Amino acid sequence: MAVMTYREALTDAYRLSMRKDPRICILGEDVAGGAGASGQRNIGGIFGPWPDFLPEFGEQRMIDTPISESAIVGTAVGAALCGLRPVAEIMFSDFLGLCLDQIWNQAAKFRYMFGGQTSCPVVIRVNTGAGMSAGSQHSQTGYAMMTNIPGLKVVVPATPADVKGLVMTALQDPDPVIIFDHKSLFTEKGEVPEGEFYLPFGEADLVREGDDCTIVAISRMVKFSEKAADKLAEDGITVDIVNPRTLSPLDEETILESVAHTGRLVVVDESNPRCSAATDIAALVASKGFSSLKAAIELVTAPHSPPPFAPNLERAYVPGPKHIEAAVRRTLQGRNR
Amino acid sequence: MSQPMSAEDLLGAWRRMVTIREFEERLHKEMPKGQIPGFTHLYSGQEAIAVGVCDNLSLEDVIVSTHRGHGHCLAKGCDVKAMMQEIYGRAGGLCGGKGGSMHIADFSKGMLGANGIVGGGPPLATGAALAFRNLGNGRVSVGFGGDGSSNQGTVFEAMNMAVVLKVPTLFVFENNGYSENTAADYAIGAKDLASRCAAFGMPAEEGDGTDYFDVYEKTRRAVARARNGEGPSSLVFTCTRFFGHFEGDPQKYRAADEVARFRQSKDCLGRFRTRVTGEGWVRDAALDEIREEVLALIDEAVEEAMAAPMPDLATLTTDVYTRY
Repeated sequence: MAVMTYREALTDAYRLSMRKDPRICILGEDVAGGAGASGQRNIGGIFGPWPDFLPEFGEQRMIDTPISESAIVGTAVGAALCGLRPVAEIMFSDFLGLCLDQIWNQAAKFRYMFGGQTSCPVVIRVNTGAGMSAGSQHSQTGYAMMTNIPGLKVVVPATPADVKGLVMTALQDPDPVIIFDHKSLFTEKGEVPEGEFYLPFGEADLVREGDDCTIVAISRMVKFSEKAADKLAEDGITVDIVNPRTLSPLDEETILESVAHTGRLVVVDESNPRCSAATDIAALVASKGFSSLKAAIELVTAPHSPPPFAPNLERAYVPGPKHIEAAVRRTLQGRNR
Repeated sequence: MSQPMSAEDLLGAWRRMVTIREFEERLHKEMPKGQIPGFTHLYSGQEAIAVGVCDNLSLEDVIVSTHRGHGHCLAKGCDVKAMMQEIYGRAGGLCGGKGGSMHIADFSKGMLGANGIVGGGPPLATGAALAFRNLGNGRVSVGFGGDGSSNQGTVFEAMNMAVVLKVPTLFVFENNGYSENTAADYAIGAKDLASRCAAFGMPAEEGDGTDYFDVYEKTRRAVARARNGEGPSSLVFTCTRFFGHFEGDPQKYRAADEVARFRQSKDCLGRFRTRVTGEGWVRDAALDEIREEVLALIDEAVEEAMAAPMPDLATLTTDVYTRY
């Protein structure tokens, strides 16, 4: 094990995978950086995940593109049909609106619509989430929309180890995969296995075990849930924390087993609440685990508003440990609804 | 003019064009009978473009097609009977009945799919060409589009990306005069489409889409440039369609006699026949004989498709993922 940041884990996963598989290339805006400019080439990506990838892998594999999201994804998808294993980087998940057709109607449908003739091994990597006062168009998640798409796999790494294991798995997966790397987690540290490391899709991580309530937390919310759990432990309240790691496929079994044990559920998701991963998981438990429930399900999400700019507003927008703690306590009050 | 290709190749081109024509004319007759599900967009009138382009491609080269894709499929070598079954939604179709007219694909023939999204295909053609560039395998891709798709942002992006990455691809625009019900002259703001394509920084030529030889020759030069590492090109071919946007389209937006006039003046098959027989390259009888063979094949294809089994209901949820 090595201690590394979320960003370092990203770098490690892509570098190891690219050394192993020459078909992998990365396309996007400034993935190497400085193409055709008067100053430094090889900037290493906007959030810095690709340091010195350009000298090691060359311009054929580190492909700086125009600001052209449809073409970035479409080019990656077309190349995936013809023998490459491309990674399309979309700088902010908010920009998925610019390339939705190539994901929704093209990549995700080819295998099905063409009767199983092809697979489409493309990875779409996006930076996601709030926490940087980046405003309404650079702070959203968007993974709920992606989870609604059959044919697409949706990955939401919460820890440096998640990042490494899930990215390396994605780069060997035959199907289209979209990975939401949370930009407010890039400097978070954690233990990460050295060398090749693969985490299977559809297998949740039971981050913490307890008896009184199940918290299912997505991405950055795992960390906040652990903080809430620490506070609750002071009062002798113990919780299961489930990190799904992938929203599609979703590890329904681990969630249902946990709720069967604790009888209570809090779902924590920093996305907007309507038709979200949170409501999806709540519906799963309400429909398949109803008899286990001792209390109404609590959802801890952002409000139904765009992410705001002002730091105090943004702090109020993003669910925090206190919201999570309060929600768990409500479930313990029995008839909480 | 000297004979541009062997008699055998000329007859091959004729067979492919007449196959498309008769395939589509037959579908036009079959559609009202109600056995063909969904939306169908016929290619009649545009045959010289699909065939003139694809006759320059090898099996390993790839094309990305449009919602009006039957012609591209047949020109790239898709099996007539398996296509017909797909259009009828049968298990034996090229996509197992899960694609239909707008999503016919045959990867073994380098046919990467008809595409129901106008402007959905060209980015994929750029991507296919990026793979060929990186793999250094000498193959090329062709992204077909119409005058309609020429106005889509995805297409602009795909063209610019192809120039920036200098990949071996061709953007072929078939200007049949109509984006659904709206005239191309109205919907395309530029004076001419080829100059707009050239503005992206690639060679662009306009050609007569009713003249197989013009299409063939202009495509030959563009394919040679692509294979030679000189990057993408655009080709704009003017043509007309003999049917509506979709089958069932009452075509009120066209002058009452327009199609009848165009069937006389803009028929690429008629022009081809006149040319090749007039020059003495092949005989009328040889062309007629091929047409008879094609008609018999299409009869069989329709008969077999109608009798073929529907997809097994168990396939409803298969092949969503390779593994999940």
